[in-house]
Amino acid sequence: MNPMNYIYLSAALFSIGAFGVLFRRNAIVVFMCVELMLNAANLAFVAFARINGTLDGQVVAFFVMVVAAAEVVIGLAIIMSIFATRRSASIDEANLLRS
Amino acid sequence: METITAASGTTSLTWLLIALPLAGAVILLGTGRVTNKWGHLLGVATIAGSFGVAVALWLSLLAKPSEDRAVRQFLFTWLDLGRFKVDVALQLDQLSMAFVLLITGVGLLIHVYAVGYMKGDDGRRRFFGYLNLFVAAMLLLVLADSYVLLYVGWEGVGLASYLLIGYYQTRDTAGPAAKKAFVVNRVGDIGMSVAIMLMFAAFGTVTFQGVFEAAPGASSAMVNGIGFMLLLAACGKSAQFPLQSWLLDAMEGPTPVSALIHAATMVTAGVYLIARSNPIFDLAPTAQMAVIIVGLITLLAGGIIASAKDDIKKALAGSTMSAIGYMMLAVGLGPTGYVFAIAFLLAHGFFKAGLFLGAGSVMHGMNDQVSMRRFGGLRSVMAITTATFGLGYLAIIGIPPLAGYFTKDLIIESALARSPIIGGLAVIGAGLTAFYMSRIFFMTFIGKKRWTEDVHPHESPWSMTVPMLVLAVGSVASGYLLMRDYTLEKWLEPVTGFVEPESSLSHVVVTSVTLTSVAVGIVAAILLYLRRDVPEVAPSKVSFLVVAARKDLFGDAFNEAVFMRPGQWLTRSLVWVDNKVIDGAVNGVAASLGGLSARARRIQTGYTRSYSLVMLSGALLVLVFLAIVGR
Repeated sequence: MNPMNYIYLSAALFSIGAFGVLFRRNAIVVFMCVELMLNAANLAFVAFARINGTLDGQVVAFFVMVVAAAEVVIGLAIIMSIFATRRSASIDEANLLRS
Repeated sequence: METITAASGTTSLTWLLIALPLAGAVILLGTGRVTNKWGHLLGVATIAGSFGVAVALWLSLLAKPSEDRAVRQFLFTWLDLGRFKVDVALQLDQLSMAFVLLITGVGLLIHVYAVGYMKGDDGRRRFFGYLNLFVAAMLLLVLADSYVLLYVGWEGVGLASYLLIGYYQTRDTAGPAAKKAFVVNRVGDIGMSVAIMLMFAAFGTVTFQGVFEAAPGASSAMVNGIGFMLLLAACGKSAQFPLQSWLLDAMEGPTPVSALIHAATMVTAGVYLIARSNPIFDLAPTAQMAVIIVGLITLLAGGIIASAKDDIKKALAGSTMSAIGYMMLAVGLGPTGYVFAIAFLLAHGFFKAGLFLGAGSVMHGMNDQVSMRRFGGLRSVMAITTATFGLGYLAIIGIPPLAGYFTKDLIIESALARSPIIGGLAVIGAGLTAFYMSRIFFMTFIGKKRWTEDVHPHESPWSMTVPMLVLAVGSVASGYLLMRDYTLEKWLEPVTGFVEPESSLSHVVVTSVTLTSVAVGIVAAILLYLRRDVPEVAPSKVSFLVVAARKDLFGDAFNEAVFMRPGQWLTRSLVWVDNKVIDGAVNGVAASLGGLSARARRIQTGYTRSYSLVMLSGALLVLVFLAIVGR
């Protein structure tokens, strides 16, 4: 199979993720879209590793997964506390640092 | 040039001269009220100790042969910076010795006098502390072996003078007078520091010995430059034209201060400086001529001012200016004049200090009244003061055989030998001296009583009259003792050199011309102030000359118009530049940055989605850029 197809899939996933981040209001959905973009980037890294025949991309993909996992922990915690104070998960309503 | 040997035996006590009064000053100024009771006695004791040391040193110098008398006492190295090395070392030679005896001797008498004069003054301890400080600084000035160390003493006496002029802090006039003396002296000090810098640049040393040995090798422009700068310094300290204006105001200080600092010792420091720097001035005829001109202008200006003042102390201050003008004239004449300048300086130390103490005694008896228009007839109640003042008066106008005759006439003689114009002006000055001194004497001690109603004049206590009597003896005898058989000439010759003035006129002719001029002055004073009644209020319809003299020959007006107002204008415009340009630039930068940030803040909306759009657009821009450039 042509490895370039993975790159195309990665680009499509990234665009969908970016579109979701820009146009959705629900923080959870936005967050999921961010994850989608990260995974698209991971896919691209792995594909490039395959194309170039090196392990660099694979290694970076692992790092991205670790960072993404950490980000999920913090991000979800923030979203939970915003929801707890505002009774809403809309990111447009949370436009001020003070409550 | 004489050789200088290291101090040993008695001469190794030289440092004590300065250490004693300095210790006195430190104790009196440092201890506060504890020493109030006996502080003045300590002040007198330190000066007496210093005087004792001075006499011992003098006797030990007398025992040596004339050319081996100069000694140098090394104390410690002060600065050692590459080529620039300054030792704190004292040089005791015939010239310093003469000054040391004058300073400690007259200083001791005036300290004793001040015990009586300042009795009942709350600040008597502080006063004696300042006086001790002054004596220490003045001794350092005349004992220094380098120009830098001399400068330390020079500033020290300036400080003491400032503190003592402003001693009566509660008077409105004392503060400004002290400030004026300080500021005018700073102008002269610029000359001193530039002279020291020039010496270091030209010769690489600042010691007297080093400079004088190297001076003959320097260019004429350099020695003249140094000479002019030293003259500027001397003008500031000695109240010579054009820096004379501070001395008359300096009379705000207590009278013993006027006698010690502003008549007998400190104001003669300029004469000392030039006499000490004689190897430089002998190589710089232009600077020497300037010294003569400054001396002539001041001796006439001082005489004119003294002739119109009603304040007895200010009249005497004008007289001091005039007398120092004579000394400057004499040191400007070169080797024919140095010795005569010092002779007149020493004699002047006696009679001018005596005259000031007499004036203080009169003020003491007259409730601090200073206007001579309210004196008159005091001889009936103040016999001792009248006698001592009278002897000082006869001495200063040069009646033979008193001190002024032996010393001032020699200056006039050597001035006449130089040029008839210089000599002629000096003779006119002698007549002026006779006029204003007679005026002071007649208005104060003779004539009708013009006292204010509440005064009961009385003779002063013995602590004041004894110093006056001693000084009166000095006024009578010092001239003869100094000039008899070339005593002072022989003594000073190794330091300053001495050449007998070659005059076409004989001594008798010069003396009779001078005495005629003096007689004219006395007769004029008799006609104006003895034959006529002296009005109690100064007449206002007077000639232009009198108006000018009352206003110090417009010296203050000139300074105000030429220096003060342009200076004020300059500072005001600098303040304007500071406010508008400098502060404007600083505030402008801050304001424009503030404005920019206020606009930049609008970008921060708080909407997460707009942030992510910006991020995405940025990332896309980078991608596009890489796609175009990165190939």
